[in-house]
Amino acid sequence: MTDLSRRKLIVTGLAATAAGVTGLAVTSRIAQEYGLVPPDHGGIYGLGETLNYASQRLLARHSLAREFPQSQISRPPFANEIPPLNDAFKRLQAGGFADWRLTVDGMVDRPASFSLSQLRSYPSRSQITQLACEEGWSYVAEWAGVPLSHILDVVGIHPQARYIVYFSIDPDWWDSIDMADAMHPQTFLAYGLNGNELPVGNGGPLRMRLPRQLGYKNVKFITHLTVTDNMKEFGSGLGSASPEGGYAWYAGI
Amino acid sequence: MARLGSVEAPLGAGVPSSVPAIPATTATSRHSALVRITHWITTLCFLALLVSGAEIVISHPRFYWGENGNDLTPTLFKLPIPSSRALVPTGYGYVLPDQNGWSRYLHFQAAWIAVLTGLLYMVFGFLTGHFRKDLIPAKADLSWRGLFAAIATHLRFERPDQSGAESYNVLQRSTYLLVIFVLFPLVIWTGLAMSPAFVSAVPASVTLLGGRQSARTLHFFVSLALLLFLIVHVVMVGLAGFKSRTRAMITGRTGAQLERT
Repeated sequence: MTDLSRRKLIVTGLAATAAGVTGLAVTSRIAQEYGLVPPDHGGIYGLGETLNYASQRLLARHSLAREFPQSQISRPPFANEIPPLNDAFKRLQAGGFADWRLTVDGMVDRPASFSLSQLRSYPSRSQITQLACEEGWSYVAEWAGVPLSHILDVVGIHPQARYIVYFSIDPDWWDSIDMADAMHPQTFLAYGLNGNELPVGNGGPLRMRLPRQLGYKNVKFITHLTVTDNMKEFGSGLGSASPEGGYAWYAGI
Repeated sequence: MARLGSVEAPLGAGVPSSVPAIPATTATSRHSALVRITHWITTLCFLALLVSGAEIVISHPRFYWGENGNDLTPTLFKLPIPSSRALVPTGYGYVLPDQNGWSRYLHFQAAWIAVLTGLLYMVFGFLTGHFRKDLIPAKADLSWRGLFAAIATHLRFERPDQSGAESYNVLQRSTYLLVIFVLFPLVIWTGLAMSPAFVSAVPASVTLLGGRQSARTLHFFVSLALLLFLIVHVVMVGLAGFKSRTRAMITGRTGAQLERT
């Protein structure tokens, strides 16, 4: 190798490195600005997780999940394993869920607590969509509920809100979504399945339903929503109980 | 060096003395640097995808066709293996540990690196004429006679002559083209067709395949085809001379070139 070509190689290498570093820094700033960085972006799998989330936000921020005809409904609906129900749940179940409450707090103008009948009094929507589990199975069902965006309008969220954190009655089971999913017209607080009340096995009396993410983001037995601009305050700061258990926060794939 | 097959030969004997000497001006590598780098990155990614994919399959070793598929619906076929989920009716009395968390993280990370590497390789392949020069079979080789001759050579497990170290034969070329332009695109497509967010933006990606469960079943079979390719590829490399072929894919130099230096 001649001196000239060696110098050329070094100069080209340095220029490429500088361009790469600058490009990464700019990309990172833009990504933060547009909400393309998931809470669990650190660690060895942060690259893949961030690319999944960012690319799907760019491609599919407003797209609608597929809806199916009645004939495609999978009967009977499949109810997978649920963790043992705690005493608090059993007490409410014994009372026919009359005392079930959904409390909403955090960055909202009017913190509130809703009963199931209050939730049912809001405009009801239904969708025939697919629930797909990360394990591989899936079923199509008709889900009825109130769009999450409607509840967020009722309580009045602050403009700086970035995430909706949702909690199951099971204290170890909580998750969060960004505002794109929270305001999405197919994101429901579901209370009905195939024309009936939502069975306990499928997450009744109240389940988060977001058909553009896999089953495990559709947390069952919802009792509490918190609106926040920072996921660091929750658990280990990774966005949900899932990354703490080894699963990705974003489950659009 | 131990060789596969019945031929026990010392290192270097793979180059028959009758092979005409290659002009010393042939200073170019057997494989260009970009081919070598993308080959090994793809190898690592494919192994990661294979292991993590197998772990994910274990959590539900049942396959279906159409949109719906779960424990309550009839299967297309089941794998006779235990599962990492208690609810799956496998017939086994025990449940394997759940490995899906890191498997899913690793699967997508490896997929991204493989796809980006593949794009780089594609751009390079078209710009430099790599596909045209190294992979598209010559017209003469594509005759039935040429094809049968190549197949017969393979069926006799004949060791390739020196031309095999310098270029690909017609079966290799066809197989590599099939892997690069059919199997890899198919495995990416069927994988994306299982992403609920991706299919919300591109619904045809899953409806064309017949539904989510069809996409999953096809993803499994295309992966099996790629695994079959990997096994045959490694066996053929072994038959042709594992050390020299692997060295050529790492350093770019064939045995013949090494001897001359």
